[in-house]
Amino acid sequence: MLTITDLTKTYPTGTAALKGVSFSISEPQVVAIIGPSGSGKSTLIRCINRLIEPTSGSVVLEDLNITKLGRRKLRKARRRMGMIFQEYNLVERLTVMENALSGRLGYVSFWQAFRRKFPPEDVSKAFQLLDRVGLEGYHDTRADALSGGERQRVGIARALMQNPALLLVDEPTASLDPKTSRQVMRLLVELSKEFGTLTLVNIHDVGLAQMFADRIIGLRLGEVVFDGTADQVTEQVLTDIYGEEDWSATIRKVPEGDDDDEDEATAKAAS
Amino acid sequence: MTTTIEASNSQNNVPAPRQWHTIKLIENPYYRYGLIVLAIAYFIFAVTTLEIDWSRIYTGLPRAGDIFTRMVPPDFSRWSLLTRGILESVQIALAASFFGMILAIPLGLCGARNLVPKPVYLVARSIIVLTRSFHEIIIAIFFVKIFGFGPLAGVLTLIVASTNFIAKMLAEDIENMPAGQLEAIRATGASFPKLLIYCISPQALPRYLGVSIYRLDANIRHSTVVGIVGAGGIGQVLAATFTRYDYDFSLAILMCIVGLVFIGEFFSNWVRGRLR
Repeated sequence: MLTITDLTKTYPTGTAALKGVSFSISEPQVVAIIGPSGSGKSTLIRCINRLIEPTSGSVVLEDLNITKLGRRKLRKARRRMGMIFQEYNLVERLTVMENALSGRLGYVSFWQAFRRKFPPEDVSKAFQLLDRVGLEGYHDTRADALSGGERQRVGIARALMQNPALLLVDEPTASLDPKTSRQVMRLLVELSKEFGTLTLVNIHDVGLAQMFADRIIGLRLGEVVFDGTADQVTEQVLTDIYGEEDWSATIRKVPEGDDDDEDEATAKAAS
Repeated sequence: MTTTIEASNSQNNVPAPRQWHTIKLIENPYYRYGLIVLAIAYFIFAVTTLEIDWSRIYTGLPRAGDIFTRMVPPDFSRWSLLTRGILESVQIALAASFFGMILAIPLGLCGARNLVPKPVYLVARSIIVLTRSFHEIIIAIFFVKIFGFGPLAGVLTLIVASTNFIAKMLAEDIENMPAGQLEAIRATGASFPKLLIYCISPQALPRYLGVSIYRLDANIRHSTVVGIVGAGGIGQVLAATFTRYDYDFSLAILMCIVGLVFIGEFFSNWVRGRLR
C-alpha cells in the first residue's frame, strides 16, 4: 500500500535529515514513528506528500510513484493524503465548516471554492464528520475561538474530508494536555479504522505510541533503527532510538487500554 | 602587600568577586566615545558653515506679521471656486485610492517571499523600493511635465504612491502569516489560486482594508499638496492665491483643508475601528 525506498533528504545547509529510510506497509493500520527531536520524523512525513522535496529515493502509494509526479499530478495525489499538524494549522479567520470543507479544495473548482458553494454531498459529509469528532453545532464558530483540543478535532475532520487513503499526522498531541491527547489519539485511531486509512503518526510520547499503534518505527539521526510491534519496544530499543536513559517507567506495562471509562460524550464535554 | 593577599586567597580557594556589566551597543570605549565626539564636532561644523543669516530672520518677522494681518478675515466670497477645488481634491483622492487598492494586490502578492519564486519577489520589491524613494511632489512634477497641469497628473501621482504603500503593507502582512496554514492548505492538494482565495485572502483582508482606508485618508491630505506643483485640486487654487497676494482667500482655503483632513481622519478611524 505504501512503500518507501531509500528515501534521503539533505537540506541546502548540508544537514542530512534522512539517510536512506526504507519501509513498507501493506495494509491500512496505525503506524507510529518515534524518535528524538531532529531524527527526521517531520521531514519524513513531509517528504511523503512532498511538502518537502526529497533528495533521492521513492515513495509509492497504491502503485503511484509520488516522487516522480509533476506539479498537477502531485496536487491530484495529495488529495488522497490527509495531513494533521501539531499546531492544528486551521485558517483562523474561517469558520469550523469552512475549515472542514477546505479538505475538498483539491476536488472542487476555483469558483466553487471562491463562492464557498461546495457540492451538497460534501456539506452533509462535513456535518457528519463534525458531529462524529464531537463538534456538533460548532459549524459557524470561527476557528480562532476554539480550544486546542477542538481545533485538532477540526483538523482531523478536514483531513478526513479529503477521503484519504493515507493520513500523515505530525505530533498531533504535542500541544495538548494528557487527557485531551488520549482522547484525540483514540478518535484518530477509531476513525482510521472506520475509514480504512493507513495512518502514519509522528509522536514524542512513547506511551501513547504503544497504546494506540499497530506498528512502531523508530528513527534516529535519519535512519530506521527499530521496526516492530508495541510489545517489542524494550528498554534496549528505547536506548537504541533515544540514547542512554532510565526507561523503566516509560515502557507501558498494562497491555490493554486502561482508560475505557471515558466515552465520546465526556470527551466532547472535556475539550 | 596586595600580591601576597591575592596569593594567599588563591591558595585558600576563595573565589575572586566576579564582575558583570550590561552589554554595550559598541563595546570598544575608543569607538564609543570617539563617535560621540565626532557627532558633536560635526554639529558645531554644520551650525558654523550654514551661514544662518539672523538679520534676514529679523527683517522677515514683520513681513510675516503683515501677511497674517492681511489673511484675516478669511474671504469666503469665491466659494464656488473653493468648493470646486475641494471636490476635485476629494475626487483625486478617491480615484487614486481605488486604483491603488487594485494595483497593490498583484504587486503585494509578488512581493511576498513565502508565495513567489525569488526573481519575481526581487522584481516586485525593486518596484516598491524605487517608487517609494521619490516623494509625491517629485512624481507630481514629473507627471505635470508629461500630461500638463490638472487633476490627471494628481491622480496618477497618488496612484503610484498608494499602490506601493498598500502593496508593501500587504506583502509584509502575508510574509508574517504563520507558515503552517499555507502548508495545511497546500497539503489538501489545493492549487495556488485556491490557496489565495481560501487561506491568504481571509487572513489578510481585514488589514488590507484597514491600510487602504488609512491610505484614502492620507491621499486626501496629499491631494491638497500635489496641487501646489500644478497637479489639480484645491492645492492648485491655493498656490494661485499666494502668487496673487490674495492672502484672505488663502486663509479660507487653508481652513477648508483643515476641515477636510479632519473629516478624512474621523472617517478613516471610524471605519478601521469597525473592521476589528
